[in-house]
Amino acid sequence: MSSDSDNEPIETTSDVTPASTKASPTPEKEIELPKFEKGLADKIVEKFGTRIKVAFVKPDRVRINVGRDDVKEVAAFLRDVLNFDHAESVSGVDYPQDKEIEVVYHLGSYTDSSLSRQILVLATRAQREENPIPGNDATKLPSLREIFYSVEFHEREIFEMFGVYFQGHPDNRRLLLPEDWADLPPLRKDFAIKGR
Amino acid sequence: MNNELPPGLALQKVDERIMTLNVGPQHPGSGHMRIIVQIDGDFIVACDPDPGYVHRGEEKMAEYRNYITNIPHLERPVIHDSCNILYPYVLGVEELLGIEVPERAKYIRVIASELNRCVYTMYWLAIYGIFLGHSTMFMWPAGDRELLIDLLEKMTGARVTHAHFVPGGVRNDLPPNFEDVCLRQVNYFEKRIKEYAAIFYDNPILIARTANTGVLSRQDAIRLGTTGSVLRASGVDYDLRKKEPYDVYDELDVHSNVMKEGDSYARSKIPWLDMLESCNIIRQALQKMPKSGSVRVKLKPNPKGKGLDSVYKRVESGRGSLGCYIVSDGKPEPYRLKLSVGSFRNLIALPYLLKGEKLGNMPAVYWSLNYWPVEADR
Repeated sequence: MSSDSDNEPIETTSDVTPASTKASPTPEKEIELPKFEKGLADKIVEKFGTRIKVAFVKPDRVRINVGRDDVKEVAAFLRDVLNFDHAESVSGVDYPQDKEIEVVYHLGSYTDSSLSRQILVLATRAQREENPIPGNDATKLPSLREIFYSVEFHEREIFEMFGVYFQGHPDNRRLLLPEDWADLPPLRKDFAIKGR
Repeated sequence: MNNELPPGLALQKVDERIMTLNVGPQHPGSGHMRIIVQIDGDFIVACDPDPGYVHRGEEKMAEYRNYITNIPHLERPVIHDSCNILYPYVLGVEELLGIEVPERAKYIRVIASELNRCVYTMYWLAIYGIFLGHSTMFMWPAGDRELLIDLLEKMTGARVTHAHFVPGGVRNDLPPNFEDVCLRQVNYFEKRIKEYAAIFYDNPILIARTANTGVLSRQDAIRLGTTGSVLRASGVDYDLRKKEPYDVYDELDVHSNVMKEGDSYARSKIPWLDMLESCNIIRQALQKMPKSGSVRVKLKPNPKGKGLDSVYKRVESGRGSLGCYIVSDGKPEPYRLKLSVGSFRNLIALPYLLKGEKLGNMPAVYWSLNYWPVEADR
């Protein structure tokens, strides 16, 4: 999959500009970055260029932000070339002011001992609807289940908690919520707890 | 999608030979969850775990409370392991707020979390015993567990829900003479659990019931992203206390237990071996701990982060890697808090392991996953 990518036109990620990249300063000048983590980030930048943004490089943690059209390709590269083999955690974060919902994959590796301390944070954003109809609106992302089998239940959870439909996921059903839940997806910011 | 009935309520067109069976959600031993199995005679052909019966919205609640008031409710998902479930949260908050923890507090945390790991594992083992119809194995761990609960009560003031870890250290210093009592109790506890080998782990009936049932290969354990005892029972040596040591684990000699079989027997034996290892860690920590000093940094009221920031911290809990992802936007409350718990991650292996297994083996396979339903639901 990653070998074909050179022929494809390079897309700019201007439509998906994550807020966190604006906030995080480019630390190359003042602080010395951890060497190994910097090397990881450089490998990804070398491959994908401007299509990804390195949000931060901290000890043991590298975060990259990717547009939703590229997320599968980047994930396949992380698995096949950089040896990340499972997802530790997948979280959704709601940003109503940006009209976007962020999905954050925390990837780790069991097989490569040099990566055992590392967590690679892969973040992408989906369009957010004011009046969500989960599954039938524009809040959609490609599923990474084909690449990382371990995201299966995590993505189901995000679908019910945020209304992000994962295209290509074999089993987009409810997981934790009651079967007759008919309210907003509860982890969105506009779903308020009573009395608070 | 929206018109479909949820699983279990929908009529399913299947072969006449195949019957759909709801197991749960009420559960006499642990928390609650439902497993929907399809059986052909005595054999399971498909299995659909349905967690969520005890979902309490911990993550949503955390967005409404500040970093300190989040502590007592975040430990609720697994009260038997309350120190370990708070550990990644506390480490994350410390990184967000830039707090340095005193050396003595780090050791107290390690001792508390190892004691808690044993308390949790004993409870889990007691239920595993009763699941397999071995009632002595229910009584013994339930009784021996009290030894360590007494210790934790002396240390924290509460028997089960300790809320002992706070950003900046631990809530209280150890009571006088704690080290001696702790050493004595832990030594006796170790002697007791060594006897479990004769009654339980070397018991031919247990071996016949659990060996070669629900075999998870090394490759699949990695692919499914399992963690903790499930992963280590399948031959992957990955223990965060060794691989990514937090607090003072890098100063202690930690041995991680690995078995190659990947069956229910190996998965049930690894937590017991871990308890023996915990006793070693506690003894080392008691020896190396500074004898006096501060145990807590004083914080300003309502501490807050420095703007948009995120942190992901993880520890090795009784059920494997427990991660906490905190997004802060500079307010006293977290913007988003996510707990990535071992139970939820190991659940994905259940449909996989039960396929083709006999229905009678279901409890042995299910509970060997070291699964805590309340934690998985959060």
